[in-house]
Amino acid sequence: MDISISNTSEMPIYEQIYNQIKAQIMQGRLLEGEALPSIRSLAKDLRISVITTKRAYDELEKDGFIYTVLGKGCFVSKRNVELIREAHLKEIEEFMKKIIDLASVIDLTKEEIIEMFNILYEVDKE
Amino acid sequence: MNAIEVRNLVKKYPGFKLDNVSFQLPKGYIMGLVGDNGAGKSTTMKLIMNSIKRDSGVVKVLGCDNTSKSFVKVKEEIGVVLDEALFPEVLNAKQVNNIMKRTYMNWEEDRFFGYMDRFSLPPDKVFKDYSRGMKMKLSISVALSHKSRLLVLDEPTSGLDPIVRDEILDILNEFTRDEENSIVISSHITGDLEKICDYVAFLHKGKLVLCEEKDTLLYKYGIVHATRSEFGVVPKNAIVSKRETPYGIDALVFREKTPKTVKIEKPTIEDIFVFMHKYREENYK
Repeated sequence: MDISISNTSEMPIYEQIYNQIKAQIMQGRLLEGEALPSIRSLAKDLRISVITTKRAYDELEKDGFIYTVLGKGCFVSKRNVELIREAHLKEIEEFMKKIIDLASVIDLTKEEIIEMFNILYEVDKE
Repeated sequence: MNAIEVRNLVKKYPGFKLDNVSFQLPKGYIMGLVGDNGAGKSTTMKLIMNSIKRDSGVVKVLGCDNTSKSFVKVKEEIGVVLDEALFPEVLNAKQVNNIMKRTYMNWEEDRFFGYMDRFSLPPDKVFKDYSRGMKMKLSISVALSHKSRLLVLDEPTSGLDPIVRDEILDILNEFTRDEENSIVISSHITGDLEKICDYVAFLHKGKLVLCEEKDTLLYKYGIVHATRSEFGVVPKNAIVSKRETPYGIDALVFREKTPKTVKIEKPTIEDIFVFMHKYREENYK
């Protein structure tokens, strides 16, 4: 499993871990039933706080990507297509909110954003 | 369970008061005490070991009230390192081993000599001929060689070179891989604490200013470098403290309260501590 923590990123550390493990599950690099490293050993190996690691695992579990077997550790859940789609939709929504935020800073109208998007979309398709 | 529980601890010295300090360290975690000289770090450490008399308050260590008789037994499981390592000057490490064998019921001779090896400490040299770094390494070796479940470390990395400090941090990190083990550590080298702590507590003039999860703390605050006009958009309640120069403003801010258009850098523990104490006091002068 690959995880790299960036100290310059604005993202909180637990979110970095969450995102990276999630991405590896979605891309199928971590397979169903595969064991994740224990919270404590991941924290110690990455030299980050145990509390932070625990929060990342808790979030992953809450969102259904992993499950815990008491006394055994954490494992990757069965890949649920609906769930992943849902997660993606949520993420896209977040980005869109960010676009709206940024646009309002420079007084960009909705129409202008949509036009920009259409152009970008066409370019990408070609 | 808590490894350390401190409640309303008070200790008065002429010109100094440790003022009603309370905090908890859950088992399996590392807490870093940060503070300027004379803030009360060493006093707190000594009170945790009950080696000086308190004026009031309660301290429980590994679940045991440290004024009770059974604390003597609990002390077996605590490894202590004070900022000045004190072994009799004429002893060498082999003799220290012999004394410790009779002091601690759970003394682990092999482990002790293992650390001596790892730290490349000469077993035949007498203590007074050790360098400061060697003395510290010897103390840490002793603290780790009697099946300790709690380490109380006062400035264990001060005066040591970066490589040795990193090695000590690795050993401490390794120690808490076992969730039964906990550490409370003080240091002026806040970078060291930043590397290993789960919790950070700030002491200033005898008062506990804050005690928080390290990563939460580092995310809650941010550093802004800006010109005066750029800084204008930062609301007053977002500013913790600031430093003004002829060219602009550096400030410690609450990340959440600062507008997203302002560029915020991630602070270090040192940034937070210095801004909170040094510049805040100057701001109010």
